[in-house]
Amino acid sequence: MPRDPAWRGRLITTAVVLIVLWPMLVQAEFKPWILWDAQSLSATWQFLSSFVPPAHSAEFLAIVATSTWETIAMATAGMALAMLGAIPLTLLVTERLSISRLGSGKVAPLSAAIRHAVRTLLVVLRSVPELVWALLLVRIVGLGPTAGVIAIALTYCGMLGKVYAEILESSDAAACNALLNNGSSRLAALLYGALPDAAAELVSYTIYRWECAIRGSVVMGFVGAGGLGQRMDESMKMMAGDELATMLMVFVVLVAGADAVSAMLRRRLS
Amino acid sequence: MKHASPLPAAPRVQWSTWALLTGLVLLIISSFATLPLKWGDFFSTDAVRTTADFLHGFAPPELSPNFLLKVGTATFETLAMSAIGTVIAAIVGALLALPASGRFGLLARNATRGLLNVLRSIPELVWASILLIAAGLGPFAGTLALALHTVGVLGRLFADAFENCPPLPAASLRVNGAGPAATFLYATLPQCSPQMLSYTLYRWENNIRAAAILGVVGAGGLGQMLKYHLSLFQMQPAATVIIAMLLMVAAVDGLSYVLRRAMTR
Repeated sequence: MPRDPAWRGRLITTAVVLIVLWPMLVQAEFKPWILWDAQSLSATWQFLSSFVPPAHSAEFLAIVATSTWETIAMATAGMALAMLGAIPLTLLVTERLSISRLGSGKVAPLSAAIRHAVRTLLVVLRSVPELVWALLLVRIVGLGPTAGVIAIALTYCGMLGKVYAEILESSDAAACNALLNNGSSRLAALLYGALPDAAAELVSYTIYRWECAIRGSVVMGFVGAGGLGQRMDESMKMMAGDELATMLMVFVVLVAGADAVSAMLRRRLS
Repeated sequence: MKHASPLPAAPRVQWSTWALLTGLVLLIISSFATLPLKWGDFFSTDAVRTTADFLHGFAPPELSPNFLLKVGTATFETLAMSAIGTVIAAIVGALLALPASGRFGLLARNATRGLLNVLRSIPELVWASILLIAAGLGPFAGTLALALHTVGVLGRLFADAFENCPPLPAASLRVNGAGPAATFLYATLPQCSPQMLSYTLYRWENNIRAAAILGVVGAGGLGQMLKYHLSLFQMQPAATVIIAMLLMVAAVDGLSYVLRRAMTR
């Protein structure tokens, strides 16, 4: 067998990676052997064996159905509110629709300042994770889906606003500029200049985000924002593995369903 | 005199588009109608006052050196969780990508892809709360949770990379008598490794963000600190933790932007 010509480089890279990882392994309390500890094994085994058979009483299934709908509704309502906020903010933030830049190519200082402020607002909205919004909002509005809906609306408003503006900026500038130069209003330039080119991408991104919101709203349930996640958390705390098994299956199906719907809708657009 | 309209006729809208739009509107309306939303609690003067009090409690953020050191440690813990989780996921993902790219037959391919799909569709946070039972409270459960979810994501991306890899180099090694392992190691893997590396880095970036919040179910890192202080209503330390999260995410975003620019130039 001939020697690996690059063995020295590979060896050094491996050594460096290990040296860098070592303090991380210590800090993260990375002790895989505790998984094989007798006590932990028996607890895990007990928990896993309670998964079968999954809970399937009519009463429980009805609860699961209700909370699954609650999850979908939270995601949908949150997305609707997020779009309601994001669309006007996009109009403010998109430089393509600026009137003051016509001719000179430079945006007036006041408009530039407003645009900058709105962009910062969008960045703040989207960089606080939705789960942290939910955690804070649960303390303001109490347990339940209201906190989840508002958390989704806030985070996704930031994301949608930013990406909508980017998509509009990257669409073909000619139509928009021609309209604005000939005296059309900003709204008309958006509707007839920028949208026809960008609409498919905008809708496709929105649908993709809706899919993300469904996943996100399950997760937010874990901090008490209602829906399937909250039920999972409750079953988890009672160590009811059979209920958890059912809900995990429902969740996998829900995600696959949202995935399929979103793929179908996006295929129609392209 | 009658002019023909200067505009061409609008394109016909298909009935299925109308059906989808109607369905969408119905979905939105029924969502708002069926959720027990308590807007009153959110917009009443009482609620505004509670909110103001609540927000007021955050200022000023706790800045004592001792506490900052704790936050720093938790930040490092978050980074460590994400890095180790991603490394494990890249290794296991690459191993699972072998059967998932159809190297051991169609049955193995579909079975592995099914497994990867399940791993991927359960979010990190749900994995973390399940793993707490096996791995106990703390960052280890979080690391494993990140690894499990990321195995699903990376395994599938790696498998797709292997499948879409140009077959000629591998075929010429095979024709010249190299074994399957050598063929994979010296033809397929080197061709795919830049793509695999960039997927892995991208997932690491995502995992840093995920690791920051994973702690709210008790799986270590900044999230665990945030949950702890919030549940004791210690708002000022909580504010510091949130700021640390934002700074970390912003730093990661900035770094990845710079790196991407440097690499694509």
